[in-house]
Amino acid sequence: MIRLPLVLVFAALLFSCGVYGVLARRNAVMVLMAIELMLNAVNLNLVAFSASLKDVSGQIFALFVIAVAAAAVGIGLALVILLFRNRASINVDEVDLLKW
Amino acid sequence: MTAQEYAFLVVAVVGSLAAIAVVTARNVVHAALYLVVALASVGVTFLLVGAEFVGWTQILIYVGAIVILFLFGLMLTKAPIGRDTLDHQTQNRIVGGIVALLMFLGLASLTLRVWPMGTTPASAPVDGSTAAIGTSLFHDYVLPFEVVSFLLLAALIGAIVLARKDDGSDE
Repeated sequence: MIRLPLVLVFAALLFSCGVYGVLARRNAVMVLMAIELMLNAVNLNLVAFSASLKDVSGQIFALFVIAVAAAAVGIGLALVILLFRNRASINVDEVDLLKW
Repeated sequence: MTAQEYAFLVVAVVGSLAAIAVVTARNVVHAALYLVVALASVGVTFLLVGAEFVGWTQILIYVGAIVILFLFGLMLTKAPIGRDTLDHQTQNRIVGGIVALLMFLGLASLTLRVWPMGTTPASAPVDGSTAAIGTSLFHDYVLPFEVVSFLLLAALIGAIVLARKDDGSDE
């Protein structure tokens, strides 16, 4: 069987890739993809701890996270499409209307 | 090392390389396709751990639906495919790389300090069958389940309202 730290280190790497994507990429769709990577890393941790603690609750939480992530992607892409329609650009640095 | 661990190592290496390719790819469509590999490797890891239902859900929803949604998003926003026009800021890349590297080293060292590789026992496969998940979901987590259904309905209506073409001729 798989030991817990192996899965956790894999999840840490996925999460760090997601953090890099959110910080470094300026394309709004790429930022959403990086957020998905981070959510998957969290799911991986939840399922790994569920296996380690012999409790099925962790997998239920992972299912809820998957459902919320699907909603987030749907709304996020709708916002990106609206942004593109209004500004003809999906560069997240150019959306600074609320910056003072 | 068991057979599952060797299989997991192969899957984890493939998934890690794909995840790095997602955030560094110049072509956004290639990034979406690398995302398929990364998400599928997470799904296979779920299956290897024994979380059968979550694993198949992951593959159905992420690989089947969310990546398609991303590809449609890229198509509708006519992203500069094949060019790197949006990502010229090397400053962002350097800062992002440093933060991500520090975060990975911190998380990995913390994990390995709390659960050392040598002494942590291998966990038995968890009961992730559909029956076990369903029993728990509909006994202990009914209320969150219903709340999620409202959330999905709200997200559905919100996405339609936001993305609808508003030409103002319907008034």
